[in-house]
Amino acid sequence: MTEALNVEIWRGDEKGQFQSFAIPTRPHQTVLDVVTEVQREHDATLSYRFACRVGMCGSCAMVVNGRPRWTCRTRVNAVIGGGNHLRLEPLRNFTIVKDLAVEMTQFFDKWKEAHGYFEPGPHEKSDFAVVSPQSRERQAADAGIECIGCGVCYSACDVVGWNKDYLGPAALNRAWTLMNDVRDFDQAARLDAVSGGDGCQACHTHMSCTTFCPKAIAPTYSIAGLKRAAVVGVLRGAR
Amino acid sequence: MNARFFAAQRITAFVLAFAVVIHLTTIIYAVRGGLTAADILARTHGNTGLALFYGVFVIAVAIHAPIGLRNVLREWSAWHGRTLDTSLAFLALLLLVLGLRAVTAVFGS
Repeated sequence: MTEALNVEIWRGDEKGQFQSFAIPTRPHQTVLDVVTEVQREHDATLSYRFACRVGMCGSCAMVVNGRPRWTCRTRVNAVIGGGNHLRLEPLRNFTIVKDLAVEMTQFFDKWKEAHGYFEPGPHEKSDFAVVSPQSRERQAADAGIECIGCGVCYSACDVVGWNKDYLGPAALNRAWTLMNDVRDFDQAARLDAVSGGDGCQACHTHMSCTTFCPKAIAPTYSIAGLKRAAVVGVLRGAR
Repeated sequence: MNARFFAAQRITAFVLAFAVVIHLTTIIYAVRGGLTAADILARTHGNTGLALFYGVFVIAVAIHAPIGLRNVLREWSAWHGRTLDTSLAFLALLLLVLGLRAVTAVFGS
């Protein structure tokens, strides 16, 4: 065993403070392993979220050494830069519940506000829709469909930081995947929903969401697609 | 920013990208030989083509600038709502009137 990790973890709510722990370094150790070891071996009152541990559920995201990351797929060695210091904070732009757990309600409410749900239309279909994997729409949807709702992009977004009502990269990315779903019957209402004062046009294209997305999705490009669709809607007199 | 403002700002930006380059090139070219203001006005008076060009330029500025200023003020100050929109509508009108007045003075016959 080499030098112990100096782990600083945020404790409490917005008015909390960092608490330090010395955790043994281990081969292939992930950041989530470290948090779990702190809770099991040092302080059982530490609050944090995780579920799948394999990068599918999107529940373990935190700010690690200043950057938002999924902790189950982030190895300690990749983020300490040869040192032994690990600083863990709850995601930014969310209300802190306690320690590393944040309130996700507003984040997912914005998915609904952006019409980030499938609208099947009034009538039941008699057969499966045929969607070519090579079609432009299907490929655009594919590019953003693997979002796991971890909140990393929302935490990284400067616009969310200064405008709490901005829908945010994840909700807008979801709306864009549905804009490209040829089976959906709610496109006009969805375009309206994402084109308000706090919608896609508020994006400044800083690309932090795209930089930090652990699934390598590019919400910036999805938002650009929504902006284009909105302009086309205006030019066609639909809006 | 709603979709109409966004579209108007982007379309006028497209116009201004060309108009500003033509404008700067023209003024640099025009004064390089030491032309006076009187010499320039003698050449511009009655030029319908340039009058149309600068008319479009002024209209694009009058649309583009207030929308951009509105975005900045909405993001960086607490000023929102009708008073902001009304004030910027007046700014747009002011830019339009002053700009078209200048176009008339320089290119009118």
